[in-house]
Formats: sequence, C-alpha cells, structure tokens
Amino acid sequence: MSIESLYQDIILDHYKNPRGRGLLAAPLGVAFHVNPTCGDEVNMQVATAADGGLLIGYEGTGCSISQASASVLYELVRGLPVAEAEKIRMAFLELMHSQGHAEPDEEVLGDAIAFVGVAKYPARIKCALLPWMALQDAEIKGGLMTEANGDQK
Amino acid sequence: MAGIEVARIKADFPILGRTVRDNKPLIYLDSGATSQKPVEVLDAERAFYETSNAAAHRGAHQLAEEATGAYESARARVGEFVGAASENIVFTKNATESLNLAAYAFSNSTALARWGTRVDPRFQLKPGDSVLVTQMEHHANLIPWQEVCAKTGATLRWIPLTDDGRLEMSALEELIDSSTKVVSVVHQSNILGTINPVAEIMARAHAVGAVGVVDACQSIPHMPVDVRALGADLVAWSGHKMLGPTGIGVLYGTGEILNAMPPFLTGGSMIATVEMEGSTYAPPPQKFEAGVSMVAQAVGLAAAVDYLEALGMQQVAAHEHALTEYALLLLGHLPGVKIIGPGQAEDRGSAISFVVEGIHPHDVGQILDNMGIAVRVGHHCAWPTCRRFAVPATTRISPYIYNDLSDIDAVVEGICEAQRFFKVAS
Repeated sequence: MSIESLYQDIILDHYKNPRGRGLLAAPLGVAFHVNPTCGDEVNMQVATAADGGLLIGYEGTGCSISQASASVLYELVRGLPVAEAEKIRMAFLELMHSQGHAEPDEEVLGDAIAFVGVAKYPARIKCALLPWMALQDAEIKGGLMTEANGDQK
Repeated sequence: MAGIEVARIKADFPILGRTVRDNKPLIYLDSGATSQKPVEVLDAERAFYETSNAAAHRGAHQLAEEATGAYESARARVGEFVGAASENIVFTKNATESLNLAAYAFSNSTALARWGTRVDPRFQLKPGDSVLVTQMEHHANLIPWQEVCAKTGATLRWIPLTDDGRLEMSALEELIDSSTKVVSVVHQSNILGTINPVAEIMARAHAVGAVGVVDACQSIPHMPVDVRALGADLVAWSGHKMLGPTGIGVLYGTGEILNAMPPFLTGGSMIATVEMEGSTYAPPPQKFEAGVSMVAQAVGLAAAVDYLEALGMQQVAAHEHALTEYALLLLGHLPGVKIIGPGQAEDRGSAISFVVEGIHPHDVGQILDNMGIAVRVGHHCAWPTCRRFAVPATTRISPYIYNDLSDIDAVVEGICEAQRFFKVAS
C-alpha cells in the first residue's frame, strides 16, 4: 500500500486547482458540515437551473482529501437531475465503504475513482465523504430530497 | 542524555518492537494522546487477574480481601507519587470524569440548595458569579464548566493567550474578583506545551475565596509534581498518559474540600446507610467511587508509578527538556514550518504543535504515518485554542521516555518529504 495510492495525481490536481469553487447567488439549500475530529469544513449549496439540473456552490477549508472531494463532486453532479446526482453519490458512498477492494466504474464516477485508495485508510474516509454528506443535507434543506428515505422529489 | 537510556527503555515496551505501514519501524510520538505501556504494567494487571481477582470493598472471602488490599495499596502508591495521602486520592474512570466530578459539585450543590439541602456555600452558584478557565483548556476542562454556567446562571471567563502561547497574566487583575467562585486551569497545555504558573493562579483564586482546580494530565506524567505545592484544592489527571492502563483516572483533593463536596456518581460502594427515604454517604474517597472499582487498572497504574520512579521524574523531565530544545531548534529553523506555542523550551513541555505552510496537518500526518511515525493531527480537543491562533488544526509531536533525538530527526525528514510530495516550496 503506497502513499501514492492514497494521494493519486487526480486528487492532488483537484486540491491545487479546485473546480467551480465559490458560492451561488441564490441557493435553495445550504449545508455547513464540519469534521469534528479535525475541523475540516465544507459549505455546500444547491439550487436548480431552469432545466432542472443541479447548480452547485461550495467553499471550504481542510485537508487535500476533503477539498479535492468537493471539487470532484462539483464536476460530477452539476447540471444533472437530482435523481442522477444521487446515483453517483450512492456509488461514491459504496466506494468509500469498500475497504479498497472495489473496482469503481469510471463511467459513473469519473475522477472520483481516484478515491479508491482513500477507502483503505479508515481515518480518511470521513474526509472524502464530508462534501457528499453535505450535498445530501443541502438537497434536503432545499426541498430537493426528502429526509425520510433519501428519495428524490 | 545521561540518566535515560532510551534503547533499554524501549525494550520494556513490546509495542515499540512492531512495524507499521509495510514493515517500517514504529516511531511513536503521540504520547500526549496516550502513552505506551511497559511490560511491568501489563504483567501487574495480568498477575492480578490470575491470582487475586475479586470485587474490592465487598465480600469477606480471601480473594475479596486481597483485591481490596491491592486496590488500596495502589491508591497509597499513587498518592505517594504526587505527595498526597491515600485519603486524598479518588480513583475515577479518567481525567475527564475527574474534572466532571469537580464541576458537578457546583451544579449539584446549586440544585440541592434550591430544595433545602444544606450545602457548602462555596459550591452554590448564581447569576453574577463567575467561573475562570484559560483559552488553552482541553475540552475536558472547558465544556464541564460551560455546562455548570448554563445550569446555574454563572458566567464563564477565560484568561487570554499571548501570541507566544502563554497566559496573559496581566489580565488576571480584572478576571479574578469577588464574583469568582472557581478557577480551573491546565498545568501544561496539551496543544501548546506551555507550562502555566498554576501556584500563582491558585493563590490568586484563594485570595478571593474561590475553589482552585488544576488539570495536570500533561504534567504529572512528565515532571516531578507535588500536588500540595500547586496549592490547588483539586487536581485531575489520567493513568493512561503516564504508562498506566486506560480506564483509570485520578482526582486529588484536600480533605477539607472533598468533605465539603457532594457526591457525583451515586450507587453502590459510596454509601454509609441506605433507606427508602434517603441515604447517607461514606467519607471520601469512597464517597466519590460508586460501583465496583477498577482494581486491575489501579494495580497497573501503581506499576506504572513504580516504573517512573525507578527512572526518576527529574530524569524524565530532563530527558524531555533536551528533546524539546532539540525539536524547537530544528523545527524552528525549517522553512515553511511555524510552531504554535512557545518557541523556547523554558516553562514548556515536550508537546510541540506546528503547521506546515501549504499542507494541511492531516496530510502532513499522513506522510509521517507512511514513514512509520505516529503523530496527532487535528484540533487536539482544544478547538478554541486553534481558533486563537487562526489555524484549523495542527500536527503535534509529543515525545516521552522512549523517544530520542533520532525520532525528532525522522520528523524533520518527514516534513521535508511532505513538502516534496505536495510540491510546496520550502
């Protein structure tokens, strides 16, 4: 298990050059999540465009894993219908709980496949999940998803 | 470093012989979180379970007598280590429980007084009263007092910090006054390493009639401490940071204060008489030890005391001081590295927090971990202290008796490796 398997170049690239970082002018739902063990923060915002596609705004401070994860999330789910975004979110959650044994589908997860190595480091899984949990929370707060079963409206 | 022979000490700690992360020798620099245990401590616990295990202070059979004897001998041994008599030593689950025990004396007394129970007025709080802590407290010596204030209407005050990570002592003049009912301060900061002038602060607290509490978690394992010399009414610390087992903490209290405090946890063992209408309580320390006691842990802690005393606490402190001076010198001159806490080794312990420009502490810690070096990353349960220094988190090394200068060299190498890996100009 090499350190390069954790910090793949894709992750370091998203960390150094975050995509779409910034806040929305008129968010529907906002969720501010912190990792209480380390203080990492992500402020996630959602809204929908006229065509129903997701608009994503975010800011945050924290380690390379948490901040790169937010950038990858932005690239993957923006513009998608909420239901499609949720499928990707669930695939990412599954990847994180795979203990590193999964063979992630690049068709679904895109750059997020680079996080497969993170799943081998239990202490870092929470870092990678932080923006994705905030996304769900923001969608619920914005009325784009119901709390009870995670179903999309 | 005369006195402490690290190679010989290391041989006493089985865990330090293992490898981590693909066969790298373990360099353990997280003793501020918990220390490793020498074989003497492990053997003592095991021997107790194999020969004398029974519930202490109950039953009249031989094993019960032996267990009671072992538990009370451990209490005496731990007391002796810090210059206290047996009856002044309360065993708790950990230092967090010790500090809660102290804090609950105030909220419980305040609640009891409302319904007519006679309590010592020093523990009765009301709006207008104040509680004083510092801006460098571990959450365990902050949140219990926030809770006390929320329950009683008292106001929480704190001593601010200088940019060098020391207490702003000039602020005491305004912070301690006739409204001050309790002053609870950390002896040695777990995040900054600062050693505070607690005797002076306790004297100021007593001058206004306030109860004085000291969190000694990071001092008693690392330097000679005579609890009476601190001048505190109550002193809390844990066993697992001083080579002992987890599951046991200590609260020292003066006889006068322990008598005046109401119990915290209640139930078996802590009573004198029990009737359906009400109960009376045993004298301290039993009054504060409800439930079956953690005898094996107490026996293990006594063995840890034996181990530390055989080394000599002066020698332990001198060894750590040398490590601290060396680490401050090296880290202090490393480009891109900023020490959070005093930059000089005077009045400072060996816990050293730092940040590396351009690399989050989590990532620094991960690179070190990959080299077999165990450090702590995060806010170290001192989030307000991180905020004070405008950092989200830090990386912390906290060496102990089984570390030597080469371990500090390894950390420096690891930081440089992290700077290379994350392509940060250094």
